[in-house]
Amino acid sequence: MDTLERFLADHKFLEEMKPEFIEQIVGCASNVHFSSGDIICREGRDADKFYFIRDGKVALDIHMPQKGSISIMTLDSDSVLGWSWLFPPYRWQFNARAKTEVSAIAIEGACLRAKCINDHEFGYEILKRFSRILAERLQLTRLQLMDVYSANG
Amino acid sequence: METKSKKQRILPAGEFNVFLRVLQDAGYETIGPTVQDRTIVYDTIVSSSDLPAGWTDEQAAGSYEIRKTGKSLLFDFNVGPHAWKKYLHRADLLLWRAKTNGSGFSIQEEDDSPSKKAFIGVRACEVAAIQKQDKIFLKSQFTDSAYQKRRANTLIVAVNCTKAGGNCFCASMNTGPSVLSGFDFALTEILDDKRHFFVVEHGSKLAEELLNKMPKLEEASAKECALVREKMNEVSENMGKEVDTKDIKQLFYDHYDDHIWDEIATRCMNCANCTMVCPTCFCTTMEDVTNLTGTEAERWRRWDSCFTMDFSYIHGGSVRPSDSTRYRHWITHKFAAWHDQFEESGCVGCGRCITWCPVGIDVTKEIKNLRKSKATV
Amino acid sequence: MSNHNGNPMLPESFSVKRIKNETDDTFTVELQPSKKVLDLSFEAGQFNMLYIFGVGEIPISISGDPCSTDSLVHTTRVVGTVTKAMRKLHVGDLIGVRGPFGNPWPVEEAKGKDVVLIAGGIGLAPIRPVINYIISNRNKFENVVVLYGTRTPKDILYAKEIKFWEKKHRIQTFVTVDRAIGEWEGNVGVVTKLVARTPFDPKNAIAMACGPEVMMRFTVRELQKRGIANSSIYVSTERNMKCGIGHCGHCQFGAEFVCKDGPVFRYDKIAHLFDVWEV
Repeated sequence: MDTLERFLADHKFLEEMKPEFIEQIVGCASNVHFSSGDIICREGRDADKFYFIRDGKVALDIHMPQKGSISIMTLDSDSVLGWSWLFPPYRWQFNARAKTEVSAIAIEGACLRAKCINDHEFGYEILKRFSRILAERLQLTRLQLMDVYSANG
Repeated sequence: METKSKKQRILPAGEFNVFLRVLQDAGYETIGPTVQDRTIVYDTIVSSSDLPAGWTDEQAAGSYEIRKTGKSLLFDFNVGPHAWKKYLHRADLLLWRAKTNGSGFSIQEEDDSPSKKAFIGVRACEVAAIQKQDKIFLKSQFTDSAYQKRRANTLIVAVNCTKAGGNCFCASMNTGPSVLSGFDFALTEILDDKRHFFVVEHGSKLAEELLNKMPKLEEASAKECALVREKMNEVSENMGKEVDTKDIKQLFYDHYDDHIWDEIATRCMNCANCTMVCPTCFCTTMEDVTNLTGTEAERWRRWDSCFTMDFSYIHGGSVRPSDSTRYRHWITHKFAAWHDQFEESGCVGCGRCITWCPVGIDVTKEIKNLRKSKATV
Repeated sequence: MSNHNGNPMLPESFSVKRIKNETDDTFTVELQPSKKVLDLSFEAGQFNMLYIFGVGEIPISISGDPCSTDSLVHTTRVVGTVTKAMRKLHVGDLIGVRGPFGNPWPVEEAKGKDVVLIAGGIGLAPIRPVINYIISNRNKFENVVVLYGTRTPKDILYAKEIKFWEKKHRIQTFVTVDRAIGEWEGNVGVVTKLVARTPFDPKNAIAMACGPEVMMRFTVRELQKRGIANSSIYVSTERNMKCGIGHCGHCQFGAEFVCKDGPVFRYDKIAHLFDVWEV
């Protein structure tokens, strides 16, 4: 098993995925590394990739005129960064910035989309796992919105 | 107080006053039922002529009336809107006063020396209610000193109910109709063609001593004792209401999410009457009162009710803002949570909450409805 | 300080020794008894009823060090009339104190185990005595982790102290905020999210959580996902309290009196109530 395949198989997002599916992903994957402070993606740019973070912390933020950047969420090791590659117009919705040294696996969006279209069983598996992440993030966002620590919470 | 004593005596009704005087001479303020504003309520009595002789009450859901019977019975009724808790667990109690002297302040505990009181005409359900409050204020981790002093100064003259009221269900709650413990005296009033008398039983050493100060009372015959038993069985058979208490704790715990609470909330007015008349409801709030110049402050403890929004307020709002959950809290506490807290029911079956509910919500009916409803939690 | 004057309803006189703003809306008061001979011992997780002359009385958890009790330390937030009046006090002013009341955190039971402390907002104040206790007895505990969530970076309590927990006392501390504007290098996101990655052995760990009820519900779910038993999870609850001794009825939570059976509960004992609406 080459390193990429092993890294992918170890990632939480792909837990218990069939080896042949992992193999398909490997075909679109490459190892990447970011230094602390590197911009990984910028709001509005082409979302041609997404990332499986192996190690390190990434901050998602959004820029607001007058207010500067508002930090939305911190992603840790074992997280997935980015789903803008899934839907047209394939543009990033947020900025992502490495807060520490970050090792990740980058996946080419167009490459994986093509495979999903070719093999619907594989496509379903990928979408199912992304949906779960989306639902979890929505839950967390709701909790943040509740503002539970406010004096009138 | 000891449990049931075997020896019973006969007190002719005509000598009831002598009995009262013995108690008064021993330093007791005698308190008993009196007719006021067309209700029978507890107040100070001087002689037996203050008692509601010849009166009875009729109770139904949301209704209470008294009427003359033409008989001379002194205790021919059940319970009115007052419970004895008004003497033991005061509706308003000053706990302490504080005075400021510029930057600091000093606190003075209120000197609380309650007088000796004899409660005349305590019914079985009410003795049970007093015992339930004893558990809360005397037998839990902390002692309520104001309650303790009053309780220690109380003599209980219980009277067995010789009629069952329209809203009574003490037989279901296992608290009556006969007074079996927790009394100094237990009286049963009998009126037949020839005689009007009380069968008297004493339940404490103090009561025995007091009895010895009476002119010699003849011992009750086996026939008279049998008459009492017969009478009490009859009352037991004729309860106005009934509650099936089997697994009642779990019944409530299984129905936290029942639609029944929403339905009751459409009728319940949140008036808190049920909690005020209930002889076991014990909740209080603390109120700090300051004088106009801000130099003196007082801490008052007052009866409170879980039906108010403020009751469960924590910063940001009430924990139970819905009418339905406030009703659910009250009745679940009474019939279920109380078992977990004090190893018995919080209800004595006196029926006051049914009588004095302005819309006639009947706990016994609601419990039946709950049994029919499917468990939801 | 075991109910100093015998009558648990009678406040004892204390004076303000120090008062310090922690954040925009929180502050810490340190109190010393007016009478010199008072036993001020308490157990981590207990609370006192604090009385401000002419204003009123409220329950506030003790946030000091149970191993060094020459004064009483309370951190609270300005939310009502009493806390507003309290913040305006000066050194030397008097406060009435009743207590300490309540069921404490299980610090003894936590010995020899990993300890996970999860606090949200002002909920760190009642957890702090546990941390202080652990610091004084550090070798008796295994891995100790603090997860702490607040609204914004400005709302972090005991910010300076937190740095020492990790540096000097081997207490790993993860702080996260719900929102951050501008310079904030720390975590953003809800505190419950941190549970999944916290280093502890679920078979030999005790978790203690204190914060808003919603936060604790989600925290418990995350802890359960990690495989920690309900009987090893402790939560601190909040209800209206008037007496502190289980007599006034206000604080009932199901059959529990939060003032004496709580505020700290073992989760398995109240799990059935945690999802009941308006209980």
